[in-house]
Amino acid sequence: MFSFQQWAAQIHSFLLEKTGTYTLLIECIIIGLLAISLFAILGLVLVLMERKVAAHIQIRLGPNRVGPSGMLQTVADTLKLLMKEGLVPRLADKFLFNLAPFLVMMVAMMLLAPIAFARGLQIWDINIGVLYITAVSSVSVIGVMMAGWSSNNKFAMLGAMRSGAQIVSYELSAGFSILCIVVLSGSLQISDIIASQETGWWLFRGHIPALIAFVIYIIAVTAETNRAPFDLAEAESELTAGFHTEYSGMRFALFFLAEYINIFIVCALGATLFLGGWMPLHIAYWDGFNHLMDWIPSSVWFMGKTFFLIFLIMWFRWTFPRLRVDQLLNLEWKYLLPIGLFNLLLVTWIAIKGWHF
Amino acid sequence: MYAETHIISSSENNPQLKEGQLVINVGPQHPATHGVLHLVITLEGETIVKIEPHLGYIHRSIEKMSESLSYRQFIYVTSRMDYLSAHINNLGCALCVEKGMQIEVPARAQAIRIIMSELTRIASHELWIGAMAMDLGAMTPFFYTFRERETINDIMEQTCGARLTMNYMVPGGVMYDLHPEFVPRVRAFITQFKDKVTELEDLVTNNVIFQNRTEGIGVLTKEDAISFGCTGPVARASGVDGDIRKRFPYTGYEQLDFEQCLHQAGDSFARYIVRIREMYQSIRIIEQLIDQIPEGDFQAKTKAVIKLPKGEFYTQVETARGELGVYIISEGGTTPYRIKYRSPGFSNLSALDHMARGGKIGDLMATMGTLDLVIPDIDR
Repeated sequence: MFSFQQWAAQIHSFLLEKTGTYTLLIECIIIGLLAISLFAILGLVLVLMERKVAAHIQIRLGPNRVGPSGMLQTVADTLKLLMKEGLVPRLADKFLFNLAPFLVMMVAMMLLAPIAFARGLQIWDINIGVLYITAVSSVSVIGVMMAGWSSNNKFAMLGAMRSGAQIVSYELSAGFSILCIVVLSGSLQISDIIASQETGWWLFRGHIPALIAFVIYIIAVTAETNRAPFDLAEAESELTAGFHTEYSGMRFALFFLAEYINIFIVCALGATLFLGGWMPLHIAYWDGFNHLMDWIPSSVWFMGKTFFLIFLIMWFRWTFPRLRVDQLLNLEWKYLLPIGLFNLLLVTWIAIKGWHF
Repeated sequence: MYAETHIISSSENNPQLKEGQLVINVGPQHPATHGVLHLVITLEGETIVKIEPHLGYIHRSIEKMSESLSYRQFIYVTSRMDYLSAHINNLGCALCVEKGMQIEVPARAQAIRIIMSELTRIASHELWIGAMAMDLGAMTPFFYTFRERETINDIMEQTCGARLTMNYMVPGGVMYDLHPEFVPRVRAFITQFKDKVTELEDLVTNNVIFQNRTEGIGVLTKEDAISFGCTGPVARASGVDGDIRKRFPYTGYEQLDFEQCLHQAGDSFARYIVRIREMYQSIRIIEQLIDQIPEGDFQAKTKAVIKLPKGEFYTQVETARGELGVYIISEGGTTPYRIKYRSPGFSNLSALDHMARGGKIGDLMATMGTLDLVIPDIDR
């Protein structure tokens, strides 16, 4: 299979030859630019996808005027938001108010680092990749709380409080689900986890506990990214817009983009952990089939799986009503967390006994 | 003024507030109030301590306006009260004027009036289900219900010339005869409704999240419903059998076979179920009439200028929201001396504080949504 590793090595040696001591700096700048452009493109694609998915669920057409079949609609919307005045409430804490959207966006961008987009295409293959993602993603709640508090608005404040309670509790369940796969694959490194799924994805190899972990993971990350049916932090019928009520213009757009990047990241992580990342679908002893699957590029596999999960989360949003705040916390602390804990024990037992396929 | 309300020091500024309580203004511009209702809500954390509805943002003094309009004209203003059941408002006023004039309405006009009223009721309930689901955070049912509502609006447009404020009922009958395509299109709508309503039941009624959000929320007991003067589906969901179409039948409802939808629970889910079942009953009524609309005049012969004899006249009709009372005091002239409307939304809103106290903010939306408030109906 084609690997991006050779490309990276070639570019690295070329830069080393030409620039010498500044190589690392130049590489950092290149990666930064790539990450920013990926951030922008992903945001545009995902917003358009959301609108199209919503439209087709709701028996309408969705954006179809700007560009071919409405593809430039999000570009137009972003331009509009860029040109809008960014209002700051008079009694807001201006420093925190301006800092919050950047913090949320920065966290989302930092999370892109350990994601493996294709064979050999990974910015930073840190040996505690999964831990890094769970740790950094917790920081985004600080940005949300900061936004809610500094706005000096009661709706924003209530939204931020809800968001804090919600993200902190659902992180536990997501963490336990991730741990299940860490136990099975025996590593925290993203590349190792993907390599361990060469003979089959953990979703299929880990018996029912892996399936339970997958379901809990999807529920927990839907809540963690503040998506319906868990969008209490920005419940528009209750709190108008929740924590970003007072934000307008590009500051609002940053929150909006960060939400979609977060969805992409949690879905990419879900695809990596449970669906084998960029690994093609292999079925034991079906050599012809496996060879055929190998022909499909690894980046297509990764994006296909990720976008399938993203579609799943969008499907939730346009189908379910919102939960109430106490029901939300009940679901986590009374159902998901005990099930997740017990499930982790089961998975550990399976891993010790070597019962998985 | 609002910019200066501090989150933390609100109890210092307002001596009525206890420590830890805060006041939020839901409305007059808020996604959940569906209009310009202003609720001043005292919260303790997420729990509601008190709700004060503030009215008057869309007061157009329709009652006062009616005093200077003739008996033919004032009916059209009432379309703007409860715009979702404009037909039924107009019918109530037309009935009151007819009562004063003591004229008989032709059988054809009566049948047309009932069909139109029931179509209006279905359209109103369809919109309500969509709006209520949106209050609970589900956007999609809104589009599904609007598909059916649009069909009704198209039918209305063809016969009445308008989609929302129809102005179709006049003293003595209806304004025009039915459009030739009216009957086949209503039949087609009945088939479409029966076919598509199951989709709605799958999406909303049988949804576990929806059931959990509405069951046991905003409970209104039978006694409370009566003492607050609640009418319509809100009262019937609490077990009050106060359907005007059954109690005081008008314009020929007594000859029709339909049930009054009652529920005993009195919670938000009961109100939802009552409205869903009412739509089925409306379809049943239309089915009975649509194939046998009597031939004849669609309007009784009346004088160009209507004068009511001196006296007081009162009629009540069952709108989609409850009992609408029209009370006319006449001095014998061409315009009413005084008109009073008893609107269902006003009384139903008065029960909101009682129903939502002690609940969460999310419960308030689930409760307020099921009251089916139309703000111009409350304010007039």
